[in-house]
Amino acid sequence: MSNDEKKKANHNEEKSDLKGTFVSVMILGVFLVISWIGAFTLFLSR
Amino acid sequence: MHLHKYEKIWLTFGIGALVIFLIVLGYGAFYKGTHPQSHGVTIDQNNIESNEAFKPENLGLTKVDDDKYIINIAASAFNYDLGKDEEGNVVKHIRIPKGSKVLFQATSKDVIHGFNVAGTNVNMMVEPGYISSLEVAMNKPGTYTIVCNEYCGVGHHLMYATLEVYE
Amino acid sequence: MELAKKMKETKLTQELPISKQESKLYMSYISVAFIALLIGGLMGLLQVFVRSGKFTLPFGIDYYQVLTVHGVILGLVLTTYFIIGFHFSLMGKTVGISLKQRRVAWVAFWIMVMGTIMTATTILLGEASVLYTFYAPLRAHPAFYIGLALVIIGSWIAGFVNWSQLAVWKKAHRGEKSPLLAFMVTINTLLWFIASLGVAVAVLVQFIPWSLGYAETINVLLSRTLFWYFGHPLVYFWLLPAYMAWYAIIPKIIGGKIFSDSLARLSFVLFLFFSIPVGFHHQLTEPGIDSTWKFIQVVLTFMVIIPSLMTAFSLFATFETTGRRKGGKGLFGWFKKLPWKDVRFLAPFIGMLAFIPGGAGGIINASHQMNAVVHNTIWVTGHFHLTVATTVMLTFFGISYWLIPHLRGRKLTPKLNRLGIIQAIIWTVGMAIMSGAMHIEGLLGGPRRSSFSEYGGGEQVHAWIGYQMAQAIGGTILFIGIILMVFIFIKLTFFAPKGEEDFPIASEEEDAEPTPPWFENWKLWIGITVVLILAAYSVPVMDIIQHSPVGSAPFDWPIGR
Ligand code: HEM
Ligand SMILES: [Cu+2]
Ligand SMILES: [Cu+2]
Repeated sequence: MSNDEKKKANHNEEKSDLKGTFVSVMILGVFLVISWIGAFTLFLSR
Repeated sequence: MHLHKYEKIWLTFGIGALVIFLIVLGYGAFYKGTHPQSHGVTIDQNNIESNEAFKPENLGLTKVDDDKYIINIAASAFNYDLGKDEEGNVVKHIRIPKGSKVLFQATSKDVIHGFNVAGTNVNMMVEPGYISSLEVAMNKPGTYTIVCNEYCGVGHHLMYATLEVYE
Repeated sequence: MELAKKMKETKLTQELPISKQESKLYMSYISVAFIALLIGGLMGLLQVFVRSGKFTLPFGIDYYQVLTVHGVILGLVLTTYFIIGFHFSLMGKTVGISLKQRRVAWVAFWIMVMGTIMTATTILLGEASVLYTFYAPLRAHPAFYIGLALVIIGSWIAGFVNWSQLAVWKKAHRGEKSPLLAFMVTINTLLWFIASLGVAVAVLVQFIPWSLGYAETINVLLSRTLFWYFGHPLVYFWLLPAYMAWYAIIPKIIGGKIFSDSLARLSFVLFLFFSIPVGFHHQLTEPGIDSTWKFIQVVLTFMVIIPSLMTAFSLFATFETTGRRKGGKGLFGWFKKLPWKDVRFLAPFIGMLAFIPGGAGGIINASHQMNAVVHNTIWVTGHFHLTVATTVMLTFFGISYWLIPHLRGRKLTPKLNRLGIIQAIIWTVGMAIMSGAMHIEGLLGGPRRSSFSEYGGGEQVHAWIGYQMAQAIGGTILFIGIILMVFIFIKLTFFAPKGEEDFPIASEEEDAEPTPPWFENWKLWIGITVVLILAAYSVPVMDIIQHSPVGSAPFDWPIGR
């Protein structure tokens, strides 16, 4: 990456506030993990 | 290609979770022997009696030891052959004491079937030419329905038996 | 550097007009899909009624004949026709279609229609109640398999036309990156071609000679393995058109930009790599496949989750960026700024949400030994009514609301928009009830693909039947949704007021990072795909062939022939 492009990338990063996105995907991730653990527990208990 | 720093964290978390799932599964499968059933044992589906386990007198429940049983099942459309009892009646209901180790062995005389002791991990495809087998400990008392859960024809939903685990 | 600059200059997608003759082609494909929806939906309704135990089919119709119609017509016909129509529309819009290409596309259409009619006839005559997976050694009438082969061949021809469309465009635009949607269509048709080779081999080499009596026996496990080599990528063939809309069309509808052109392409390339060498995850409880190879394919299956994780981030990011530009404040203020009253957004958005439980369920299904908890229970049916019958279908409906009026020179009126919103809500409610009940019944051991039965009686069966009642309620609501959708389809096609409806294609940000030119390296993508397939399949397939039991003679009587 040239210096120029790097600056632009950083600039983009500042401009786009993605906190809401981050929280949303993490909620999704936690949901995936919890449901998997639930099924795994069921598997073990049977 | 540029990844936003939050996306890096997200992907690390997500991929990390997947890796952990796989490690747990791999550990269970390779070290604890909880692989899904697959033994690759073949049999002639046109003559299943050629195999000791599927001779008519060996079908159904056999006690091999204290707390150790074998259940041999010959599946065909639309029936599980579990042998006959002393009076010569067809067996449709099997009883085993709680805590027993049971080895299920099943094969098909015709088309593909399923074999599921509903509500347990005994869930196998039963295919012509192969012997499906799985050993489990039956620890929870109750009456379980055994269902064919792979489509085998017009009478598929009439293919069942029951298994009772008693205290 | 020079190249990158040049690619950047053309990043604003140019859009081509769609001629009347083209519209006719695209609408033909899409119309078949909606006819299929109506017939298949009616079958679904009959199924839930029968399974409730309160209703028996008249005229001695067999439950499994109905279920075969439902699976074939919704799983194979509706999806394939809609997708090909959508693919053609996207290609026509972004890279254009020549007269010759259009003619060949019509040939593809009629070959597919011929095949569909052949297959449908055998099913309706009760000669092919083998369900859409047609597992040997149940034998259907040969015309069933020949019809299926024709559908596949027709779909290949359609795909070849798409490839030639892109090739022609690239010749005229040397050094430019292909339009994002054309790139995505090419990936999906490649995926379809490589995957359906498996089922084509099974049908042409195994099933047709055997059903005609030229071959006495069939290798059952091999035929199943070839089927599932196709069966998993099949579901990605359904899903990727939805992803196309999410990545490249929805941003325009909500007034935003594409989050990242490169990441969108990357996720599609990853789907091509990892959606094929994973078919064993449908065969985890089979007796004849080595466990280690099953596990290897489980690992590969988990790889195909990664592009979906990327997609989730990209979509939320598009929504947040757009919402913030419209003045949304705080952590979730942007959420309120999304166009909730626009059905072109709302229906696909609900589809996205449905993919969260759908994906979670998919990870569970694929989890090697854990598969025993759910395999062939009605949980699985609940799972794919979320993924294909909700995520994919609601997105396809979302596409229809603008694509059909665009092609027909009409407008989506506010009234139809409102009707669409009601449709999406009905679908959501009906599916939540039906699919939810299926998931729970499945965890309790209730089997799938089963007519009503009280089995040996008892508590377990009693509980299943209760959930089957709930499915009948959910299924009835869903069927109302289908009627409404078909009504909207007819309105949009024939009666909506004349006008111009936008074909929404999103562009990148003004200052977006340029897409690396190596994305156009098709030989590399195909090469890696083939290597992965060979790595995952050659040893186990050789093993299956070498250690195969005696072949199976055909069985006709179990399906009532
Ligand atoms: C009115 C709406 C619908 C209802 C009431 C419905 C109901 C059902 C039911 C009850 C089953 C399971 C039957 C059994 O296992 O015995 C089933 C299976 C299936 N459904 Fe649906 N469904 C509907 C819509 C759809 C849609 C829109 C699609 C696809 C786009 C679809 C695809 C399938 C497939 C592929 C199967 C599997 C068939 C098989 O196992 O052979 N369904 N449906
Ligand atoms: Cu069956
Ligand atoms: Cu799959």
